[in-house]
Amino acid sequence: MIEVKNLTKKYGSKTAVNNISFKVEKGEILGFLGPNGAGKSTTMNMLTGYISSTSGEILIDGTDILEEPKKAKAKIGYLPEIPPLYVDMTVDAYLNFMYDLKKCKLPRKAHLKDICARCMLTDVRHRIIKNLSKGYRQRVGLAQALINRPPVLILDEPTVGLDPSQIIEIRTLIKKLGKTHTVILSSHILPEIQAVCDRIIIINKGEVAADGTADEIAKNITNEHKMVLRIEGPTHTPEDKREIADAIRTVSGVKYVRADMEREKGIYDYDVETDGKTDVRRAINKLCAEKGWNILMLQLSDLTLEDIFLKITMGEGISKQDDNNSDSSKPKIAIKRTQNGKLKAVQESDEKTENDASQEKKNEESKNNDGGEE
Amino acid sequence: MSAIYRREMGAFFTSGIAYVFLAVFWLVSGIFFFTGTIMSNTTNVAGMFGSMFLVVLCLIPVLTMKLLSEEKKNKTDQGLLTAPISLWDIVLGKYFAALTLYIIAESIVFVYAFILNYLGKVAWTPLFGNYFAMLFLGAAFIAVGLFVSSLTENQMASAVVSLVILFVMYLSEMLVASFENGNRFKRVVYKVVTSLAFYSRYIEFTRGIFSLTSILFFISVAFLFNFFTVKVLEKRRWS
Repeated sequence: MIEVKNLTKKYGSKTAVNNISFKVEKGEILGFLGPNGAGKSTTMNMLTGYISSTSGEILIDGTDILEEPKKAKAKIGYLPEIPPLYVDMTVDAYLNFMYDLKKCKLPRKAHLKDICARCMLTDVRHRIIKNLSKGYRQRVGLAQALINRPPVLILDEPTVGLDPSQIIEIRTLIKKLGKTHTVILSSHILPEIQAVCDRIIIINKGEVAADGTADEIAKNITNEHKMVLRIEGPTHTPEDKREIADAIRTVSGVKYVRADMEREKGIYDYDVETDGKTDVRRAINKLCAEKGWNILMLQLSDLTLEDIFLKITMGEGISKQDDNNSDSSKPKIAIKRTQNGKLKAVQESDEKTENDASQEKKNEESKNNDGGEE
Repeated sequence: MSAIYRREMGAFFTSGIAYVFLAVFWLVSGIFFFTGTIMSNTTNVAGMFGSMFLVVLCLIPVLTMKLLSEEKKNKTDQGLLTAPISLWDIVLGKYFAALTLYIIAESIVFVYAFILNYLGKVAWTPLFGNYFAMLFLGAAFIAVGLFVSSLTENQMASAVVSLVILFVMYLSEMLVASFENGNRFKRVVYKVVTSLAFYSRYIEFTRGIFSLTSILFFISVAFLFNFFTVKVLEKRRWS
């Protein structure tokens, strides 16, 4: 549906977007993620034909945006970062203007009514945009983009300024739209991207730093030779902690063990690092079974999208070439996982031991909690 | 184009610019009509039309100042430039909206003619000639104003710069008046400046000469500056 080839934008000597290529299939929801000034909006402006590219090609449904702009633009609904609203018009007048501007042929009244209902604007249709709050303005901007049912929707930070319940409503709407439209949206709210998008492109310094689903991206940069264990000892005292840590150290393949904080009463977490070649999970499980300890949790270093994002954008960056040999020589991830407020990007999908069942349940729980806190 | 035209017409009235423009235009032209024609006991409207040149010159920047500068400032141009329309549609939609308002304003002369009709015999042919001269003069000025408006984000800057440009064009003739009998270089300068002059072309009409070349000149200026405006918008996209 959308094809971008070697897109570059230079402002004088400053390169805003450098050689970006990607493809979006029909019915896909693509998320653009990146720090401020990474080139998200510039890319979107180029996709919609607002600015031109220095070099490269953009095909919207096979139509080049610079060669046949009218035809290509007719296929795009665009919500820019700042919605292009004429503040001295009423919502109705503005939407009618956009309807005319886009040369929409759909039945006017029914189409606009439908769009207003979808964007929850029915109550404010006769109010002047100047007097509307930021959230309503944002929704008018979204409504404007939906006029004429464009097959491609490009939304630059669509949920900015909305209250939490509206955010959820708009997200649901975008998800729904994703079934019939191809959607590209940018956001700096990571859970949002994860909740809505099928695929994520992380842009950093004008380049595509990562491309894929959250899971894929995480897998590519995660170092699988690190894990967190929560083991319950017999006595629930710091004695346990020392004993268990020492015992794990004896397992072959374990490089480093550090007893971490007391997460539950008398129960500690252990950061375990392996040599990266041996899978020590079974050995540890066996050890605990022998000693009568309970593994309450086992987690491979789980990168949240946030971790990935920070990791990629803080300059440590991964180069795409590394993707293939993901098992060996991966950079270590120093970012600590906190207990709350983060979503997991990676879940262990390998065979699980019986003891892990409880851990899995825990993960589910914590995940649900996270979901609620978004 | 029609969508932009209609929106722009609406915006003139909701923003109040139309009322200010029409009120001032009609007030000042009314004063000129009263002093130049009625008080002089004549039905000759040439004096009034002659004075109207400066009124048009001063008021047109008010009409055009926010047409494109405001769009850029409020980022509403993003909506226009990503819509499936051409740049000419945008520029001409705005241009004709301003021109329409201007025509409404200057059509007041028919009210004056109607009044004169009671007081004496109106010479309709020169009146129509002057009316069209004023129309095309305005058409050229609006294109200049629209062009200046496309260069800036600031309404006031847009108004002041258009006013200055129009004023300089008006004054340039007087500056070179002494060059008419000078050396060759001076004569060339004189010829160039006078052939580009608005005022003497316009004032010709009030003397009862309907010059097609002048009409053509005004239309060319209008076209040229609209073309420049389109190029400015295009260049903004490519920079």
